[in-house]
Amino acid sequence: MENVSKEILVQMLERMWLIRHFEVRVMEVHSAGEFTGAAHPYIGEEAVAVGACAALKDTDYIAGNHRSHGHPLAKGGSVKRAMAELYGRVDGYCKGKGGSMHLADFSIGILGESGIVASSGPVAPGAALAAKCRGEDFVSMVFFGDGASNQGACHESMNLAALWQLPVIFLCENNQFAVTTSYHDSVSVEHISDRAAAYDMPGVLVDGQDAVAMYEATREAVARGRAGEGPTLIEALTYRYEEHSLGLGRVRRGEYRTQDQIDEWRERDPIDVLERTLTSQGILTQEECDAISKAKEAEVEEAVEFARNSPYPEPEELFDDMWADPIPAP
Amino acid sequence: MASNAIYVEAINQAIIEEMERDQSVFIMGEDIRRSVYGATAGLLDQFGENRVLDTPLSENGFFGAAIGASLVGMRPIVETLTSFMWVAMDQLVSQAAKMRYMFGGQATLPVVYRATMFYGGGSAAHHSDRSYPMFMNMPGFKILVPATPRDAKGLLKTAIRDNDPCIAFEDGTLGGASGEVEEGDAALVPFGVADVPRSGTDVTVVAIAGAVPMALRSAEELEDEGVSVEVIDPRTLVPLDKDAILESVAKTGRLVVADPAHKVCSAASEIASIVSQEGFWDLQAPIMKVAAEQVHIPYTPVLERLVYPSSEKISDAVRATLED
Ligand SMILES: Cc1ncc(C[n+]2csc(CCOP(=O)(O)OP(=O)(O)O)c2C)c(N)n1
Ligand SMILES: [Mg+2]
Repeated sequence: MENVSKEILVQMLERMWLIRHFEVRVMEVHSAGEFTGAAHPYIGEEAVAVGACAALKDTDYIAGNHRSHGHPLAKGGSVKRAMAELYGRVDGYCKGKGGSMHLADFSIGILGESGIVASSGPVAPGAALAAKCRGEDFVSMVFFGDGASNQGACHESMNLAALWQLPVIFLCENNQFAVTTSYHDSVSVEHISDRAAAYDMPGVLVDGQDAVAMYEATREAVARGRAGEGPTLIEALTYRYEEHSLGLGRVRRGEYRTQDQIDEWRERDPIDVLERTLTSQGILTQEECDAISKAKEAEVEEAVEFARNSPYPEPEELFDDMWADPIPAP
Repeated sequence: MASNAIYVEAINQAIIEEMERDQSVFIMGEDIRRSVYGATAGLLDQFGENRVLDTPLSENGFFGAAIGASLVGMRPIVETLTSFMWVAMDQLVSQAAKMRYMFGGQATLPVVYRATMFYGGGSAAHHSDRSYPMFMNMPGFKILVPATPRDAKGLLKTAIRDNDPCIAFEDGTLGGASGEVEEGDAALVPFGVADVPRSGTDVTVVAIAGAVPMALRSAEELEDEGVSVEVIDPRTLVPLDKDAILESVAKTGRLVVADPAHKVCSAASEIASIVSQEGFWDLQAPIMKVAAEQVHIPYTPVLERLVYPSSEKISDAVRATLED
């Protein structure tokens, strides 16, 4: 924990609580039928995006996947606009057109979450290529799952980034399952980070429940990127507490993981881990941590109210935003 | 023996019956052992791990592996959603569709891709594709668009026995629709034979997949207005039973095509084009297309519902063909 400022540590705790409360509330209002469609809870994995994004600036880019609420909130996105998007309202990030799996805020480098697994893979090297072409020092990071790591797009992206020495951080969120499939049954190597060797780039395995470890590993990868030393693959070992997506538990037949395993991972809850670090080092008291949680809970509640009060788009808006240079309707 | 089943159960029955009948049939896809999408329930227990494979998230890989297996005598069934087919387009188009022809007929590819269309439920643009027109445009695929449990089962069984690449576009909006299904060979439904779920004399409505129940609702409403609508369900788009459509138009003189896919270069366009060329002298009014607007599927329900055909839109189109 050397050279990690108090400011960063506190901000990480704030963002983790923000995401936790956001997701808990989303599960409640989704099951109450306030909006429909799929949503993929990030609960249990908060330290991954928060630790990683703490090492980025607003001018750096991220791209994500279907488990999509944690990444933008970790990067500093607006909780109100994210919630309004889930509600399908005009004040949402995408004016209600994208929904849960497609949050984006280009103004702070969030190039978009994506519902098709691994489809963000090539976007990250593309953004990084621009940095190299223009001689700028921003980096780009892509979040993808253990399941996504088996897609061709993922491997092609890694080869491109390594070949061209692009400032990319490939951030694999290994929550150990793709829907019901264990990564032990889908990945041929022991650790996904081992695959970095095939592309001659550094591969690091990090404790994804430890925000500080995530921050430190990412900070190093970012420094390499900015120095023109190419991409890094970070595998964050983590766990998703909830079902793959809201609603899925009712459809599938049979179990794919044990309650013991879930309980075991809950024991190392990422928020507890960070709070223990902060309190044991005398950086914050438990009361101060609790106050952060309360404040973030209130912020989420405000966002829910904001979303509920935001109007739906008008029918005339159906065709808006198809084109940058509009053409006549067919 | 006929019994009642819902659409997904009918698909499940087709797979089980054909896997029992033919040892070379096997199935693979993502999370099928635990039947995340419902149609593969019980398969692992009955047929074991060698014939029921959970794949990694590698669509281009396993779509293509199915082709390789089919070339050497297996009969693979691949489960997916339409939207994930994009990842596998290379194997589908460059290999599955073209191989037999390019190799002068040496290659035989008895492979079936089962692709569920999940639209209409707030899934946004990435998960709502109704992509059969794109595959109609590519020679080399037989294309199934079942609208009832009977056809979902019967066409799938026929596809599994067929020796060419087939794509079954299973309509997610019909997943819970129930109806009567047969068992064994009696359940087989041939390709290229349209169904006429409702006969009528004034206007022909050709409806595809999820548009079939809409067309039937519309026909019922219009009956109260004294309009007699004939509903035709082509059931397969390749091959297409154009005779059934032309015969119906010869009787009614009016055609509406209802199609949940995007309207440009669509199944609806193709049917309209055939009728305008081969049934021109029978037509008493312009052909009307009721298909999805040429825009991506928006997430928010208030906009999404505007995009697709509906029984109201079909009724309006039918009325328009009757105006002088
Ligand atoms: C190309 C593609 N195939 C399948 C799916 C369906 N699907 C959505 S998420 C998912 C699992 C993804 O697993 P992983 O990459 O490990 O991410 P996690 O959900 O565990 O965060 C699957 C199979 C999809 N969205 N896109
Ligand atoms: Mg995973």
